[in-house]
Formats: sequence, structure tokens, C-alpha cells
Amino acid sequence: MPSEQAGFFVKRKISHKIQLYNVYSSTYSLLRDQNTLLHGRYHEMAPNVVPMDYTKDPDVKLPMQLIINMPELKENPFKERIVESFSEDGEGSLSFNDFVDMFSVLSEMAPRELKAIYAFKIYDFNTDNFICKADLEKTLNKLTREELTAEEITLVCEKVIEEADMDGDGKLGFADFENMISKAPDFLRYYF
Amino acid sequence: ERERENEEEKDVKEKKRKKKKKEKEKEKEKKKKKKKKKKKKEKEKEKERKRKRKRKKIGKKERVTLAQGINVHLGTEMMVWFLFFLFCDSFQKWMKFQRDFENFKTACIPWEMKIKEIESHFGSSVASYFIFLRWMYGINMILFGLTFGLVMVPEALMGKPYGSLPRKTVPRAEEATAMNFATLWDFSGFAQYSVLFYGYYNNQRTIGWLKFRMPLSYFLVGVGSIGYSFMIVTRTMAKNANDDGGGDDTSFNFSWKMFTSWDYLIGNPETADNKFASITTSFKEAIVEEQESRKEENIHLTRFLRVLANFLALCTLAGSGYLIFFVVRRSQQFALEGLENYGWWERNEVNTVMSLLGMFCPTLFDVISSLENYHPRIALRWQLGRIFALFLGNLYTFIIALMDEINLKLEEEKIVKYNMTIWEASLYNGTIPENSTAPPIQVDPADVPRGPCWETMVGQEFVRLTVSDMMTTYITILIGDFLRAVFVRFFNYCWCWDLEYGFPSYSEFDISGNVLGLIFNQGMIWMGSFYAPCLPAINVFRLHTSMYLQCWAVMCCNVPQERVFKASRSNNFYMAMLLFILFLSTLPAVYTIVSIPPSFDCGPFSGKTRMFEVISETLEHDFPSWFGKVFGYASNPGLILPFILLMVLSIYYLNATSKSYKEANLELKKKLQSQAEENKRRNKQKAQKSNEQEENPFETEPPPAKPKGDKQDESTANKGKNWFECLVMGNSCVCDPRLPHCLDCFLCSNHPHNAESQVLAYFLRWLV
Repeated sequence: MPSEQAGFFVKRKISHKIQLYNVYSSTYSLLRDQNTLLHGRYHEMAPNVVPMDYTKDPDVKLPMQLIINMPELKENPFKERIVESFSEDGEGSLSFNDFVDMFSVLSEMAPRELKAIYAFKIYDFNTDNFICKADLEKTLNKLTREELTAEEITLVCEKVIEEADMDGDGKLGFADFENMISKAPDFLRYYF
Repeated sequence: ERERENEEEKDVKEKKRKKKKKEKEKEKEKKKKKKKKKKKKEKEKEKERKRKRKRKKIGKKERVTLAQGINVHLGTEMMVWFLFFLFCDSFQKWMKFQRDFENFKTACIPWEMKIKEIESHFGSSVASYFIFLRWMYGINMILFGLTFGLVMVPEALMGKPYGSLPRKTVPRAEEATAMNFATLWDFSGFAQYSVLFYGYYNNQRTIGWLKFRMPLSYFLVGVGSIGYSFMIVTRTMAKNANDDGGGDDTSFNFSWKMFTSWDYLIGNPETADNKFASITTSFKEAIVEEQESRKEENIHLTRFLRVLANFLALCTLAGSGYLIFFVVRRSQQFALEGLENYGWWERNEVNTVMSLLGMFCPTLFDVISSLENYHPRIALRWQLGRIFALFLGNLYTFIIALMDEINLKLEEEKIVKYNMTIWEASLYNGTIPENSTAPPIQVDPADVPRGPCWETMVGQEFVRLTVSDMMTTYITILIGDFLRAVFVRFFNYCWCWDLEYGFPSYSEFDISGNVLGLIFNQGMIWMGSFYAPCLPAINVFRLHTSMYLQCWAVMCCNVPQERVFKASRSNNFYMAMLLFILFLSTLPAVYTIVSIPPSFDCGPFSGKTRMFEVISETLEHDFPSWFGKVFGYASNPGLILPFILLMVLSIYYLNATSKSYKEANLELKKKLQSQAEENKRRNKQKAQKSNEQEENPFETEPPPAKPKGDKQDESTANKGKNWFECLVMGNSCVCDPRLPHCLDCFLCSNHPHNAESQVLAYFLRWLV
């Protein structure tokens, strides 16, 4: 059962719903149509730079600032990390392929394991393939907008490591993270 | 002789000829028969030949139709597949529609958005008060429906109009002030002589062309409201007990809160603000729980302190109880001697003492509870219980005062009855001799002397109490919360000390006071609605406005508590208090119905010796005679006592079985927990061992999810099965037991998630 206080925000999807495109589509190959929609969005962010014609496979990348201002990502506290983890050069500029990858992973149809892999990347702030205590502190601060005291933050981070760390190295590896997230009832509902 | 021989020879010859003829004829007949048979056979053969020819002809036709049929079937198959794909797509759309409909249904619940907003800022304990308020509103709506629809409307539409009977008219003496606002606010004057109160109703057995039985309806609505309230409170308690029983998996509580609480679909800044507040509150609640569980307790010291605290609280309660008793007795004495002899203090002694107690004792209990060092949720319960006991004293004084008034009125009624006969005689003024019947003189109903209608008086008391309670609450909120917040906010600049952190600062939402206010208010409604059918309507209005006012006041003027704690999942504690109050409120009403005679000139039961006689009257008149006999047998003590015994035994049995279920439940939970802990330990040990053996640097790509030790055998055993087999096997995908199933199609993430698989999944599961 999803937690009660968060359930309401799922229900609010009607009025504040964002259209995330189902790239892993159904029987009809809507791929072309959806691709066109995504291309339209990509183009309208920077009409001068992005060409309408992608047959020659141009090498165009949009900087992070433009992508962060998209309505789907604007209110997300992890928007910079999301864009960074999908960009090839790690600095946040997305080519169209990266753009499509991002929306496909965040869509309804992406399998759970793929989402877990990218979630791990997003929460790993220092990109060392471990979620260490510093990463947890940053996550917590972003989530609560720094309203918790230092004691409370240390308490929460200690509890998280105590709960999820299976191999005893004091930080969360991907296996630990995956094990913990696979049992979470809310993961698929919110990590949409 | 030769002639004879010749004749004989001739005879013989003739005979022979005849024989031959006969034989010939026979032969002919045989031949004919044979011919006929042959013909028949030939005919049959011909027929068969014809049939064969015909069959051969049909065969060809059939082939043709078959060919056509195949074409048709192919066509239909194509249609079927096309429809199937169409269905798949519409099935997806149907799932989306269902989800949207669920969202819509939640949006239809009244005040849901407001309460969720409050919950995200103030925590679930404050929100539980508002959920309780909303639930009470629902109950009051039903009570209002009953009283309005079955009591007030029939009398207003089909009963005699205002002014036709003495009981329905304002007496001559009061006519002058009957329309004043002050009188109406006090619920006398025109308000008193209307469908709002008991006294207006006529005691006619049936009214109107529908033959509506007004007294019976009045009585049954009264009994039915109480019965419905009992039923719904008990049912809610039982439902909440179920919810309470199932605990959820807390093994990854903090991790889940950290990684899965943000909703990635949020795009609106306001929603984002609410979500941030909600996440922070949720973390704070979890932190409080963790801190409480980590507290090191010196058991002996805490026990001693708790015993001391309880002793102090008991002393306070006993002291206030005695004080209330003493004050009430004094006021009764004053009333006997006539209130005019005493000053303001003696007249209002009871009220002032009650208000003072109500102001100071809760703070005293607060101080005492700091000794006890309980978890905040449990501390709230103790606080509620103690203040509840204190307010019971309040209730006691009110009921004693009422009973005194009723007795007074009963005395007065006897005097009025006596005076009535004198007054009637005076009307005739000696025009006719005594002890003879005469046509009744037409008197204006306003001039007829009235008995004091104690039922209407009781109803008026309850209504006045409810209204004054409502005004007190609103004024307290406006002054105590709003003006205080305005003062702190705007005078902070020009004040010596920091108003926001020191005294008075912003107020916190007082959960216990508000909850108890709500519960006692509802108790008043239950007690009074028999005598004032308007009471549920007033209460509906009060709850409606109170909801909006308090929601606004909480968001605008209050600050969340320091230690935000998670409310218990069920509101069972509130329900238990409500049930107790309901039981207490039925007692006075039942007592007055059963033992006090109704007034002789007002209300639907006037003229009867007891109010419940309306039931026996109905049985006599409206039901067939055998029904009355059956009822008479059923009310025999010899039948009722065994019935009561049976009920007691069944209660005992059900209690015993439910206890055993609970114990079994607890044991299973313990087993699950110990298993989970063992798994954790094993995993840690294995990981440590593997760390010691090889120390590989972690690679750049995250490794695929490897199954953990114990479950490796299961997963390898199930590899290679296709999703079809998985579906047929059961609910979740058997391939990888660790992965839970997709919420829509119940397939694990290893299998394709397209629409076809979803449709087939549902269909197959329905089949299997």
C-alpha cells in the first residue's frame, strides 16, 4: 500500500499531469508519431540550433540550462542530476538521442530494472558508483529544502545505511540499492 | 352303368378342371404378387439410384458452400484479429480511464484537498482531527435527514397549521415580543411554537390523506437515530481494528522515504511546495519514532514517576469532582429558597466554577504528563482521557440541573391542570347548571391557559447550549488564534522581547481540546434531538461552518508542533470515547421516556400515561390481532431471560475466538520478522566473506541484479519458462520471485509489457 500522505499527489495527476511519452509502445507502431512529438519538443527549446531534418544525423547538443527549464522538470529537486546522468559527456548537455533516452526511461513502459539503474545514477552525486553518506546528505537536503537540523540529517543517513547496506562497507552499492528498491511499493508509482 | 361311369368321369374331369383353374388362378396370383414385388424392388432400386444421384448432387453443393464458408471464416478471423488489436488498444485506454476515474472519485470526497494540505504541513495527528470532524458531519447529515424528512416535514405539510390549536399558538401574554430578534435568538416566541420543538406536534393518531402516523413516527425516529448511531460507531471501530492489525513492512522505512517519496510527475509550484512540506513532516515523524525507540529508560525511575503522575491526576480529578458536587448542591438549596435573595455570584456559581475548572485543569494535566515521559501519541491519549473525565463532571451538573427543572415543571403542571377546570367553568359563567354537557364555546387558542411544557423546555435548553457552544468556539478561534497571530506578527517590530519565540508566540493547534469539544457536542445532540427535532439541522450547519473556519485558522494562524508525531492509523481512541458518550446520552433520554409522564397539552404523546404506549396502541390498531398475541408472548420474561443468556454466551465465545486469532497473528508476525532478520544476517556474513576473499574494484557499469544466496536455486530452476506459463501458474511472475509484479498486468519486468500481454494476462487469469 502506498503511504497515505503521498497517495494524494498521485491523485493530483489529473490537474498537473505531465505527458510522458510511451516510447515502449503497444501493438501499433506509434513510435514514429511519438518520436515526432519528442522532436517537436526538442526543437522548440532552441529553434535556431536544432534542425527540423534529422536524416543527416547532425551533432547538436542542448545545454543543461535549457532542459532544466522544461515544465516537466522545473519543480523536480533532482533535475540537474537527471540531466547529468543521461548526458554522454557527463556535464549535462543532451543530444537528441539522450533526450529520447531520458523520456523513455521516465515513461510508464520502461522496465523496473532500467529505472532502478538510472535512479542509482541520479542519487549518486559524486559519480563513484556508490551512494555514500555525503550523497545521502545531499539527497536529503534537496528533498526537505534544508529544513532538518544537522542531528536529524545524520540520524536519517545512519538509519538508511543501516537498513540497506548488505555488504557492510558503509555505503550503498548498486546491489544494495536494487535489493532495497525492488521491495518498495511506491517506486513504480512515483518514478514515472 | 356306362352312363353313370361317363357321368362320373365327367364329374371327375370337371373337378380336375376346376382344380386346375384354381391352381392356375393361384399361380396367376402368385405371379402377380411376384411381379408386384419385383416392381416394388425395381421401384426401390430406382429410388435408391435416384437418391444416390441426388447425394452426389448435394455433395457438390456442399463443396461450394464450404468454399464460400472458408472465405467467410477467413474473413471473420481477420475481423477477430483486427478487433483484438483494437481491443488491446482500447484496453489500455480503459485502464487509463479506470485510473482517472479513481482519481476523480477521490477528488469528489468533500474537503479532501484541504485535509491533505493540512496533513502535509501539520502532520497526521492534526489531520486526524479533521478526518474525525468530517466523519461526524456524515453522521449528522443522516440524523438530519431522518428528523427532517420523517418528523418535521410531515407535520409542516400535513398537520394542522399554526394558530389552529392552543399548543400551536403563541400565548396572548407573549404575543407582543414574539417576533423580536432577542426572543428568537433565545428560541422562544415564534421559534418555540413551530416544528422546531416537541410542543408543536399534535397527538392525532393519523394526519393527512396519507394517514401518516405522526406520534409513531416521532417515537421511532428518536429510537432509530440512537440505534443508527450505535451501529455506525461500532462498525467503524470494528473496521479500524482490522486496519490496525495489519502492520506494514518497516524494514526499509527510511530508505524508502528518501528514495521513493518524491513524485516525479509534479509540475506545479504549489503542489511542489506541499510535497516538500509533506516529505519534511514525514521525515520528522519517523525521526521522532526512532528517537523514542532509542531512548534508554531507567525502568524503575520511570515507573515511579508514572505512578506519581497518575496519583496526582487522580487527586485533581477527585478534588474537582467534589467541588462540582458541592457547588451543585448549594445551587439547589439556593433555588429552593428563591434566587432573588442572592447576588450575581450565587446565581452563576455553577457556570463560573465549571469554566474555571475547564481553563486550568487541562494545563495542570499537561504539566503532570511531562513527568511521565511517554511517547507523544500515548501522552495525547492520557491527556484526552483525563480531560474527558473532567468534562464528565460538566455533564453531570447539566443533567442534574435539567432534572430539577423538569420536576419543577411537573409540579407546575398539576397546578395548571387544576386551574384549567376552574377556568373552563368560568367561561360559561354560570349560564348552564352544573354537571350537564353543553356545546363548547369557541375560544381563541391564544387565550387558553397553557401547561408548562417540560419537553419543549428541555429541547430549548439543549439548543441554547449548542448555540452558545458554537459562538464560544468561533470567538475563541477568532480572538485566541487570529488576533493573537496578528498581534505577534505586527507588534513584533516595536516590542521589547521577541514575540515570536517567547510569550505569546503563535498558537499551536490544540488537538485534545478540539476533539473533546466535538465529542461532547455530539453527546448533547444525541440527548436533545428527541425533544428538539431541529437540533441535528443546527449541528449540521455548525459542523459545516466549523470545518471551513478551522481549516482556514489552522493554515493561517497556527504553527506545527515541535515534535510532530504520527497519529495512530485508526481513530479508535476517539471512537471509544464517542461510544461511551453515546451510551451516557441515551440513559437520560430513555429514563425520561420510560418514567416521566408526558405533558397533558403539548407534543405527540399528550394524553398518554407514558410515551412508549404509542407502540402498544399501534399494535392494537394497525396490526392483525395475532401479531399482538405473538408480541405478548415474546415479551414474557420467561422468553427474554434465556435470550439474554444466549447473547451473553455468544459474546463470550466470539471474544474468545477473536483473542485466539490475534495471538496467532502476532506469532506469525514474529516469525516473519525473525526470518527477515536472519536473512539479513546471512547476507551480511556472506558479503563479508566474499569481501575478504577477493577485493575487486567496482567496475564502471553496474552489474546486473544477481539473485542472493538462498534464492539462487529457485531462480535457475524457473529460467526458460515463457510468460504464458508464468501467467498460468499464479498471481506473480514465477521467474524471479524477488521482483514484484507490475501493477497493471502482474508480469515481472523480465517479460514484455505490451498491450497484448496485458490483455491476455487478464483473460488467462480469468480463465484459470
